[in-house]
Amino acid sequence: MKDKKKEAYQEPVTQTEENTEYIIEMRNITKEFPGIRANDDVTLQLRRGEIHALLGENGAGKSTLMSILFGMYQPEKGEILKNGKPVKIRNPNDATALNIGMVHQHFKLVDVFTVLDNIVLGAEDTVAGFLSKKKAREKVKALSERYGLQVNLDAKVENISVGMQQRTEILKMLYRDNEVLIFDEPTAVLTPQEIDDLMATMREFAAEGKSILFITHKLNEIMAVADRCTVLRKGKYIGTVNIADTTKQELSNMMVGRPVQLVVEKEPAKPTDVVLSVQGLTVPSKLSKKNAVSDVSFDVRAGEIVCIAGIDGNGQTELVYGISGLEKASKGTVTLCGKNISKASIKKRSAAGISHIPEDRHKHGLVLDDTLENNIVLQRFQEKRFQTMGFINRREVRKYAQSIIDRFDVRSGQGPVTTARSMSGGNQQKAIVGREMDRDNPLLIAVQPTRGLDVGAIEYIHKQIVAQRDAGKAVLLVSLELDEVMNLADRILVMYEGEIVGELDPAETTVQELGLYMAGAKRMNRGGEQ
Amino acid sequence: MKGKNTLLDIYKKEGTRKLLASLISIIMGLIVGAIVVVIVGVNEENILPKDISKGVKMIFAGILTKGQDAQGDLVWGFNSQNLGNMLFRAVPIIMTGLSVAVAFKTGLFNIGAPGQFLMGTLGTLVIALSVPTDTVPAWIVWILAFLGGVLAGALWGCIPGLLKAFLNINEVLACIMTNWISAYLVSWAFDGSAFRNLTEGTKTAYIYKTSHNGVSTPKMLLDKIFPDSQVNGGIIIAIVIAVLIYILMNKTTLGYQLKACGSNRHAARYAGINDKRNIVLSMAIAGGLAAAGASLYWLSGNTEFYWNTYQSLPSEGFDGISVALLATNNPIGVIFTGIFMAMLKVIGNQLSGYTAYNEYIADVIVSFIVYFSAFALLIRSLLFRSKSKKKEAAQPAAGPEQPTLPETADSAEETTKGGEDA
Repeated sequence: MKDKKKEAYQEPVTQTEENTEYIIEMRNITKEFPGIRANDDVTLQLRRGEIHALLGENGAGKSTLMSILFGMYQPEKGEILKNGKPVKIRNPNDATALNIGMVHQHFKLVDVFTVLDNIVLGAEDTVAGFLSKKKAREKVKALSERYGLQVNLDAKVENISVGMQQRTEILKMLYRDNEVLIFDEPTAVLTPQEIDDLMATMREFAAEGKSILFITHKLNEIMAVADRCTVLRKGKYIGTVNIADTTKQELSNMMVGRPVQLVVEKEPAKPTDVVLSVQGLTVPSKLSKKNAVSDVSFDVRAGEIVCIAGIDGNGQTELVYGISGLEKASKGTVTLCGKNISKASIKKRSAAGISHIPEDRHKHGLVLDDTLENNIVLQRFQEKRFQTMGFINRREVRKYAQSIIDRFDVRSGQGPVTTARSMSGGNQQKAIVGREMDRDNPLLIAVQPTRGLDVGAIEYIHKQIVAQRDAGKAVLLVSLELDEVMNLADRILVMYEGEIVGELDPAETTVQELGLYMAGAKRMNRGGEQ
Repeated sequence: MKGKNTLLDIYKKEGTRKLLASLISIIMGLIVGAIVVVIVGVNEENILPKDISKGVKMIFAGILTKGQDAQGDLVWGFNSQNLGNMLFRAVPIIMTGLSVAVAFKTGLFNIGAPGQFLMGTLGTLVIALSVPTDTVPAWIVWILAFLGGVLAGALWGCIPGLLKAFLNINEVLACIMTNWISAYLVSWAFDGSAFRNLTEGTKTAYIYKTSHNGVSTPKMLLDKIFPDSQVNGGIIIAIVIAVLIYILMNKTTLGYQLKACGSNRHAARYAGINDKRNIVLSMAIAGGLAAAGASLYWLSGNTEFYWNTYQSLPSEGFDGISVALLATNNPIGVIFTGIFMAMLKVIGNQLSGYTAYNEYIADVIVSFIVYFSAFALLIRSLLFRSKSKKKEAAQPAAGPEQPTLPETADSAEETTKGGEDA
């Protein structure tokens, strides 16, 4: 397969001092961590004024490579060149001095400081030892107007939206006159409209001659904005391609190392009886006086996948808590297969027929310090099969765990006795998916089942979810990924500020329309629904 | 079947590593203790050079001294009194060690063992001394007193458990406070009671021995093996309890639930396990175990409780923490570390008998060992690291998730060591 695509690849070219087409070059970088080679002879060449995407699955070594460029790690082998001259980057201050800036995936902002204070932090102007913000304010204002990066300079960071926090981070880089801008998974937290804005800003930066490194595993965004793309796989350099000459499919094949099915094939749904009925459900918020979920009603039928779409933090988590019993609802009813379970305990609800792939696999999904086999029987250890008179039937537990491991292809170092913590995220998730699906309940709730997983694992889990639907289960899917929503859902419910603001048919809607609902710009009157 | 052998091997390795780490910290503690003995000896005029060498020898092998010959040299050999006393004094330490270990395994730090020990003392002594043995057979009184003590400690342990489960109050704070409450409570309860030893004029600050009422733990033939010592069947009972606790924690669904709640309360709740009940329950079990230590200690019939106790907490409770730590919270390991701790105490006594050293030198050594056992975690992770490197080099394909930034890494190595006993 590799040979066929060869013409699209560019072999890294060794540069002479005069030839400084590249503003940054990372040559033959090797970085080892105990037990793993995170970067193995990786070469990355960033041209002046280009948007260069860095693509790879989780664990491919993207973040490590960028951390090396930003001075947070020192490589064992290899060198970094700026404008053709070798440089040493020992810490982030060195990187800043070389005009390299980075927007981290998790923003590095001081919550209780204002936007302006955050921007100037570490690069303050002083007059006779006293802070002078006047000049800074003017400069930041000018920058924000020039690039259309709207921020409220005097708002505290804790009170502003995620999008504005990101703009603050970008302004921070601009304020320091950085010419190499690194964006680490910048779109994960944004709405579709915000993503479009960010893309436009990135293009503008590039047009002005700034060079952008864009870390992501979302192919759509690369196709939309990048000029070139470097692909890493398992720490190794796979190749650099011109986006104009490549396709999504090719990129994903390079990333995974085998052909991947990007879209799950599924038949049209054949919904039958109502399995889950939620009426007027209201769940109070822990953070504010408002309700996290207010007066939400919907049904899920056997044989369909109903997807709750929405931007993170609009009540999806609490809605699922309200259904599963992890949090108490203040109003409303939850009916499962005709049985009112609104007041039942978590255990009783689970026994009544809810399988639940939780949002946070480390918090709720697994006891990380326990073994895989114990995690697989987390809800079932009291079943007759797994215990006699209160003594755990170890042999049966192991046999059952092994069967889940085999059927769901859960890979681990030591099989059933592996500590859950030592497994990779994808395999942890497969173990949870296997555990929940095998409980064979009429309702499956899957909350962000593919979060943080790579394309291969996503493909697998999507297939399993569709298989559950086809086996006549009712599936309630909560997802923040638009691709996933459009791909899997038979019906889409959009949640905005704790309410369901729209019900859409994925076959008849567009991502743009969905985005408008998610951002609260559009809403539908669902009064007609039963 | 092929996989089974390698699995067993890795298990063994893990165990060896723990054992090795504990042994290293013990040896380091002893060495530093010996250095202290030398330093103290050099600086004290009344400690002779000969005493210094004796002190050092005794720190390492004092349990095997038979006494001194005419020249004042140590005579080595089987000392039944020393060994018997060691086993006798190990009983309460093993029990408080189990108490702390069980709580640790369920994610709780039971620093309340001293208080639970005191409440167990109160419950046991009141029953053992007040139920008349001329109408009720003494062995029934013994059982009642034991169970009464355990119950009192369990209830006392419930208090921090309830506070933690329902109000999310840190159990360490609640335990420290209940410790002192129990100290005053017990002093107050015995002050003016009929249990004070008024028959021997000098002993009014003591409570009667339980043998005063004819209640004492049977010797179970141990006095034949270790003549002239205080040993009794308590040690056998303690070992049996340790084994039972091991079975409870590792083989039963209850233990599984307790541990699941302890290591991830949220996941346990998600799975429908009643997390609140389990927190209270594990504190109750911990309290009961610490109190059982008190019961076995005072029911021996040859110990007297100094009731005027409000100024200090029983050291057995705190010894439990170090014993559990050294045993890496393994109930079986606690038997050995408990006996080891008792051995140091016996040596301390002996040292002050033979030389001009103060008996508290043993406490100094114990505290060094405690410090080093806190390092045991570190030592273990160092051992782990060197071994895992080799292991993973052998099978690089099975690489874990990418270690991103250290603080966010959820990959194998970074977090396993921290999480193990926390």
